[in-house]
Amino acid sequence: MTAGVAGLSALDLHEVALALGDDCLVLSHRLAEWTTHAPELEEEVALANLALDLLGQARSLLSLAGEAEGRGRDEDQLAYWRDDRDFRNLLLVEQPNGDFAVTMTRQLLFSAYQELLYDRISSGTEPRLAAIAAKGVMEARYHLEHARLWVQRLGGGTEESHSRMRRALDLLWPYTKELFEPTEAWGRAADLGALPPLASIEGPWRKTIQSQLESSHLEIPEFSAWQSGGRRGSHSEHLGHLLAEMQHLHRSHPNATW
Amino acid sequence: MGRPPAEPDVGCLSESDDWPLWEVFLRGRRGLAHQHVGSLHAPDPELALQNARDLYTRRGEGVSIWVVRSTEVHASDPDDQGPLFDPPADKAYRHPTFYKVPEDLQL
Repeated sequence: MTAGVAGLSALDLHEVALALGDDCLVLSHRLAEWTTHAPELEEEVALANLALDLLGQARSLLSLAGEAEGRGRDEDQLAYWRDDRDFRNLLLVEQPNGDFAVTMTRQLLFSAYQELLYDRISSGTEPRLAAIAAKGVMEARYHLEHARLWVQRLGGGTEESHSRMRRALDLLWPYTKELFEPTEAWGRAADLGALPPLASIEGPWRKTIQSQLESSHLEIPEFSAWQSGGRRGSHSEHLGHLLAEMQHLHRSHPNATW
Repeated sequence: MGRPPAEPDVGCLSESDDWPLWEVFLRGRRGLAHQHVGSLHAPDPELALQNARDLYTRRGEGVSIWVVRSTEVHASDPDDQGPLFDPPADKAYRHPTFYKVPEDLQL
């Protein structure tokens, strides 16, 4: 078992790295689903780039989670041999792509969160998490910018693109409260300065989203029946289908190489 | 707020738009000038720059990007090739090879 900073147990480090890594892995797979379906060739390459950035982050984080756990599981075993109940990602990132408005709204909501998170983790007390976050923050910033430009164009575009943006916001907003609900492991890691307290980034996140929506002729939906549970392993049915596709090849041909 | 604008915002897509073509120029890490690397489609300059970043700098090729609407590039007519480019051909004194380099000059 490799302990982190004084006081942060290996198990807690495993838990939080797993949560952050699963966010990246699942969203990466969702974005990769656009390949050959994107509205324009240029946008397809952009979405694939976002997916690859997130996959790189997932590899680092899951490797760290495996090391901290100390049971010999590597990134591949964590990615391919866990069932949905063992995934710790946010419900937001597993939501289906829907139309382009849904995909860009999901990206805006998540990238704004990830950018704030990585920025704070990069100056945190856990050196391995900080190193991964320092590299990832530039990527998150680019993802946020990409989503921002599209949300602005869709929200301020035609009647049709605007109403689709509103629908996308109504659809995804219920999953945003979970972003700021800490697990017990997160709480302990935050007490030790390895992670930011989630309450401290909720305000800045809301401000970013609000000003972005305002400049896109959109607004935060008024009411939401909040959904959460991803960090505890209670997922929507969508994750099972996603994992079936993602894990099928590896499970059918264990240790296959090509 | 909360309503679509009567007219699409500047830089926003309208129903009938086909994305125009843009020429992409890149200045490499040690390059002194921007060089033409290709073209792409995008609805406006901001997204053209983003697309150029994703299409042409994925392996760390560049430090600066220019995009120019293809319609703004004016090209010489291939039929004018003779009058435009033939005259210098027989004027060797316009080339630096015409001059003798002093023997002790270190290049």
